[in-house]
Amino acid sequence: MIEINHLYKYFGNKEVIQDINATFQNGITNLIIGQSGSGKTVLIKNIVGLLEPTKGTIIYDGRDFISMSKSERIMLRREMGMIFQSAALFDSLSVLENVMFPLDMFSNDTLRDRTKRARSCLDRVNLIEAQDKFPGEISGGMQKRVAIARAIALNPKYLFCDEPNSGLDPKTSLIIDELIHGITKEYDMTTIINTHDMNSVIDIGDNIIFIYEGRMEWQGTKEDIMKATNKRLNDFVFASDLFRKVKDVEMEK
Amino acid sequence: MLINKYLTTLGKYIMLMGRTFSRPERLKMFLKQYVKEMMQLGVNSIGIVLLISFFIGAVICIQIRMNIQSPWMPRFITGYTTREIMLLEFSSTIMCLILAGKVGSNIASEIGSMRVTQQIDALDIMGVNSANFLIFPKILGMVTLMPFLVIFSTTSGIIGAYATSFFGHIISADDLTLGFQHDFNQWFVWMSIIKSLFFAFIISSVPAFFGYTVEGGSVNVGKASTNAVVCSSVLILFSDLLLTQILS
Repeated sequence: MIEINHLYKYFGNKEVIQDINATFQNGITNLIIGQSGSGKTVLIKNIVGLLEPTKGTIIYDGRDFISMSKSERIMLRREMGMIFQSAALFDSLSVLENVMFPLDMFSNDTLRDRTKRARSCLDRVNLIEAQDKFPGEISGGMQKRVAIARAIALNPKYLFCDEPNSGLDPKTSLIIDELIHGITKEYDMTTIINTHDMNSVIDIGDNIIFIYEGRMEWQGTKEDIMKATNKRLNDFVFASDLFRKVKDVEMEK
Repeated sequence: MLINKYLTTLGKYIMLMGRTFSRPERLKMFLKQYVKEMMQLGVNSIGIVLLISFFIGAVICIQIRMNIQSPWMPRFITGYTTREIMLLEFSSTIMCLILAGKVGSNIASEIGSMRVTQQIDALDIMGVNSANFLIFPKILGMVTLMPFLVIFSTTSGIIGAYATSFFGHIISADDLTLGFQHDFNQWFVWMSIIKSLFFAFIISSVPAFFGYTVEGGSVNVGKASTNAVVCSSVLILFSDLLLTQILS
């Protein structure tokens, strides 16, 4: 479980994140949604420590991330996995080597065991046949799946995804969403997904936080979103005809 | 204001070097990277070093023979001057300036691309000291191989000078040999190697800093690469002045 209390982030005089309070439970997919420029990426970067918050606390299962020493943070980071918008695979390494990288760095297992673990992670994302290819030789969707395999290689307790569906077609996005949702339950991880993809919201939004101009506007589940009365949330979620129709159908039920 | 900017940059550079020179997390991975960097930065530069040094050695020999050698000058002057130029300045300083362009831009663009494609963020999230993992093997690899490149360069320059004798018949091989052996000071070889070690550090650490701290997209990677080469070249020339004063 990750708890965020009164989190602020300023860039100079500009307040990008303002007084965010949220709790992200394990075993479910927690979604942070909002328009481009609303502060989603800054929020997730603060949570993982790529940016330092100006004020506030971030608690990982009772451990205060902000007041931790450098070495404690490094140890905690070994419990984290992250899937970046651009997949962020290492270009010079093959698919298998990419997945093996965290194991090579931190696991004391034998080479045979590490290879076996990496292959099982690749198998979990249905990419075992691409193990010898390089990131430049596979599609964007496959790169995201390799990133997922790399993120779960060390059995992380926390998984962070920064717009995992960015640049993917709807069908591939669905596969990625289901994969993340599946492994969250399988490994009982605390998963936080940063997205503005409404399909993801409807599909895997167990707990949703809506951010508007750096402030938390609304929190609820995918079922709650259909009945939400928050105007800004409705303007954002039901911006397209398709989602307005989905809402109408849900309301009729 | 400009002083402030330079001091801030210097401070950031020192802090990055502080993170770079720490104990590697996994020695086996570090050694793997170290060997890879020696191959990529050092061994892959041997060709260009040999080629340029060969032609420069030949051209220096021709220039000295045509413009300085005269009946009033001793026979050994061409070989002697060629050797001293190659040993004292070309093989260490000028060759490092050339390598600042080749290796420096390579390092800055490689690390800069990793930064903008979030590969460095991915390393940090995993709990890997990205500065240590990416930059330390490059610096160590470059410093390890640089003395060999200096020796190869000097040797290739001397072979180039002999080539003018055998193929151009500009000077006799005996006169060249006499010049090469005349008043040889072994310290000059060590001086050249010591200077090159400092330059190797500059060539690898400065572009790594520019690449590591790049912000934005591919255009900024290109700018960082250019700035890295310019800054490394200026620092090499400046430190050459200091080192030559100190070591001579």
